[in-house]
Amino acid sequence: MADFETPKFREYPTVPLIKQDEMAGNGPFISRAEFDTDLGYPGELPDDWKEKTLDKMGDLLGRYRSLQVFMDSCIKCGACTDKCHYFIGTNDPKNMPVARQDLMRKVYRRYFTFAGKYFPKLVGAVDLTEDVLDEWYNYYHQCSECRRCSVFCPMGIDTAEVTMAAREILANVGKAQKYSNQIIQKVYKIGNNLGLPGPALEGILEDLEEEMEDDCGVPVKFNMDKVGCDALLMTPSADFFAEPHIDGLIGYGKVLHELGITWTVSSKASEAANFGLFIGSYDNIQKVSMRIREAAIDLKVKRIIFGECGHAWRVAYSFLNTLAGPFDFLDQNYPIPQHILEVTYGALQDGKLRMNKAENDHLTMTFHDSCNVARASRMGDQPGGQFDIPRAVIQASCNNYVDMDADTIKDATFCCGGGGGLLTDDLMELRVKGALPRMEALKQVTEESGVTNIAAICAICKSQFTKTLPYYGFEMDAIMSVHQLVSEAIVMKGSEQEKELDGVDEEEAESED
Amino acid sequence: MSAFYALLFTVAFLVLVIGLTKKIIQYSRVPAPLKIPVTPAPLSKGGVAVRLAKEAILFAALFRSNKWTWLFGWMFHMSLFIVLLNHLRFFIKDVPLPLVLLQNVGEYAAFTMFIGLAGLLIRRLFVARVKYISAPSDYLWLILLMVIALTGIVMRFVSHTDIVAVKEFSLGLLRLNWQALPTDFPLMVHLFLVAVLMILLPFSKLLHIPGLFFAPTRNQVDNPREERHIAPWAAELDAEKNKVQPK
Repeated sequence: MADFETPKFREYPTVPLIKQDEMAGNGPFISRAEFDTDLGYPGELPDDWKEKTLDKMGDLLGRYRSLQVFMDSCIKCGACTDKCHYFIGTNDPKNMPVARQDLMRKVYRRYFTFAGKYFPKLVGAVDLTEDVLDEWYNYYHQCSECRRCSVFCPMGIDTAEVTMAAREILANVGKAQKYSNQIIQKVYKIGNNLGLPGPALEGILEDLEEEMEDDCGVPVKFNMDKVGCDALLMTPSADFFAEPHIDGLIGYGKVLHELGITWTVSSKASEAANFGLFIGSYDNIQKVSMRIREAAIDLKVKRIIFGECGHAWRVAYSFLNTLAGPFDFLDQNYPIPQHILEVTYGALQDGKLRMNKAENDHLTMTFHDSCNVARASRMGDQPGGQFDIPRAVIQASCNNYVDMDADTIKDATFCCGGGGGLLTDDLMELRVKGALPRMEALKQVTEESGVTNIAAICAICKSQFTKTLPYYGFEMDAIMSVHQLVSEAIVMKGSEQEKELDGVDEEEAESED
Repeated sequence: MSAFYALLFTVAFLVLVIGLTKKIIQYSRVPAPLKIPVTPAPLSKGGVAVRLAKEAILFAALFRSNKWTWLFGWMFHMSLFIVLLNHLRFFIKDVPLPLVLLQNVGEYAAFTMFIGLAGLLIRRLFVARVKYISAPSDYLWLILLMVIALTGIVMRFVSHTDIVAVKEFSLGLLRLNWQALPTDFPLMVHLFLVAVLMILLPFSKLLHIPGLFFAPTRNQVDNPREERHIAPWAAELDAEKNKVQPK
């Protein structure tokens, strides 16, 4: 099928030796012109591409303090060199975060600094050529913007910021990536990443309602475009049909039903993810965010709740208020926006949900911290809530839970290998190789602690693991949604599960007499 | 020769101050348009101060990252700090007691500074990953600082310089009343390289000194749900007319 070898598990995860040009190549498919022009890009390489590139670079240096400071402040200490999952999985030295930044920094020095203008060789500055742009395109699409390197950088340099800037510059000279731009275009035209039209979505939600009624005997509602509900649910469109995503959606439905929170999805904004982030375009991040404001106003909701989606939660938590606020028309007693895990966790704390953990006794769980939730957002009112709340909810839903190695979780978590606009089949080799560090940590807990399944709270992580787990000898359905566990364990009032459970209890009580 | 050095240091001082000030002004003028602290991040400005202090004083992130780099890097920077404090005596007529006391331990800081730098140089030469990312200037900085430390050690422990005369010279610089400088070879090298360092600092990666404090990933408060964060250039995009309002 694919013409590459899945990396072997290493006996001890040591730092790999470098293999020059291991991942040299053309990068992912270049966007078609029509996707670009819809997003405000030229769609082809202009004659004055060199000037355009440098102009855009100068423009971004003047707009983003992060980029300006990060271009100057790297001391080449090497702290980040062994921290990127793509370097660990591919051994290509240009996948070391500092080397990835240097692809741009070398050009920055040549054209924007005194030292690079007059002594280019001394400081490693290079001229901007089309080959340089092609190399940018290839290697800036081998970064998932996961921010792991920045945790370890003594200067706090975040390669994600450099990658986003590079992609924005490339898009301005006709070298945009097909996958991300096509998806953003679908969001504008249809409402979600998958191009799922409203009627199809409605059909899916109706089926879910019927299924719930059959399974639980409780009328759990999955509304679309219903005006006047308490909450607008923003969730990744994968939640509407793919396994294990949809099991998570069922979980949200049950929790919200049990808490008496009425909710709806919007056909116009039927997608939580914001791929504007991946391509580093402020305009597009804002435009995609604005749909959420409009949907909330149109549907007259009081709250906005986000489903399990990593980058979506970064944009929602960190940017939504800035980009599409102020949200003074929503109920100020709830966080705006709120994560579904915050809702579930709060309800569990208040004793409002009845959980039968035994339903998940056949599982031993571990949890994969999704990179953008872990390092670019928060849940709850304390720093680190993004680590503690999902774990608390998992542990309220099952009896067997084990964390992976401490160097691979929480803020040191490894990206799944498919984030940041790389979840496309034309990057399969990169995705499989980039999954290596996570797969190794998973392997360790399966062997030492009998872990059977891994839960995640991001549509990209779930899709990526579904594809990559089999390459490493795991079952593809080992990946689960956190709210899938909740869904299995929750005992709704008046449900079949409640009758069964209490009935059994009564029988036991009788037999003891 | 004394006049050359006096002029050199006057120029070096001006270049350092003006160059660094310009950079700091640039960093503070460029907006940081979105909240991007690397989380978990502090929820208050006080928390941010603690976070930055831990990075600036303890090199906390580097410690997590790589113990050898941390050891040598921290050893070098802390030694350099003590060495700089020790050199304050050349610019203060009546040396205060704390500086007098520091001298007893402080004079050995040059050795730890040299060892730290040597460790970093060895790492740069022999760890393939670090070698791959190194430009010629990266080696030259280390060598320059090592020669500065070494000439300092020679003057203090091998062939003594007339430091009373050096102090007259440095005090004279401050008062714009140039004095004669002893002409021993180690002193000439030492001072020349220090001036080079001062002049090049605003044009080099030594900008990591202000850069550390300007990184939005570390200096932002984690409060985006509570406060909006609009950059001046994004204000146009944020204008009311672009936004649907509830009726």
